[in-house]
Amino acid sequence: MSTHKKENTNEHVEDIQHHIKVYMNVFMALAVLTIVTVAVSYLDVSFIEAFFIAITVATIKGSLVLCYFMHLLTERQAIIWILVTTFIAFLILMFIPLISLTDQTSIW
Amino acid sequence: MSNIPYILEERPDTGLNNSKLGIWIFIASEIMLFGGLFSAYVFLRIAAPEGDFDYWGSKLSIPMATFNTLVLITSSVTMVMSWASLKMQQFDKYKMYLGITILCGLAFLVVKYFEYTGKFHHGVYPSSSTFMGIYFTLTGLHVIHIIGGLLVLGFFWTSQADKMWEQDQDLLANRIEITGLYWHFVDLVWIFLFPILYLL
Repeated sequence: MSTHKKENTNEHVEDIQHHIKVYMNVFMALAVLTIVTVAVSYLDVSFIEAFFIAITVATIKGSLVLCYFMHLLTERQAIIWILVTTFIAFLILMFIPLISLTDQTSIW
Repeated sequence: MSNIPYILEERPDTGLNNSKLGIWIFIASEIMLFGGLFSAYVFLRIAAPEGDFDYWGSKLSIPMATFNTLVLITSSVTMVMSWASLKMQQFDKYKMYLGITILCGLAFLVVKYFEYTGKFHHGVYPSSSTFMGIYFTLTGLHVIHIIGGLLVLGFFWTSQADKMWEQDQDLLANRIEITGLYWHFVDLVWIFLFPILYLL
């Protein structure tokens, strides 16, 4: 029994050690992506191009934090659905200001 | 240790303990809180005179914000390392990593203090422009979240954590996991604030 428990503990520690390697890789990726975002901001590109690059890189960084540091990859369905619902509401919120654009161009 | 049910054990219906479900619902509400302000930023930017946001945005310090971004990313990895240390029964390492996380949070606040006072010194206030209004609102709210997080992290760095570790190791690991989720969320918000306010 105690041997079995010891094996389980060893497996558990190995599992955590594997996670630590992943955390370090994610940390390096986040640091590199931060430098990339700053470097791109100094390039002579249009606002739309700069916007899409900046938001894309931020989304990748955010996804890495969510998936690995916040363990969303292995999380239960209940949490995934809470976040999906929130994300849809968030997107609606983001698109509300665009209504003012349609007003300015007299589409309606 | 506690009479409140499902603090550590999973509820059969949700498959989660209430601590984790609670923090994720809280994070969802926080996403909508910051989402409202992000939406306001988009609206104000669309409505602003051409070049206004560029002009006022150029007054911000990109090196300081880049440094702060790296500090928060570092604090996120040390936060998750403190949790991993508890899982590996290494309490001393937990204390060390949590201490580094707290130091990173404090470093972020110090840099922010210099950023804010630098602006005030040059006569730039939230009332100076629309951009500065939304800049101080978004970053100010974020700073309040950092301070709140630091208070909780500070608590778990005191002797209270030592007592909890002696009494119930799983409970402390659970508390740190939940606190960590909040701290990573604060980092996540900054990941989006940084390009939107400083780089665009």
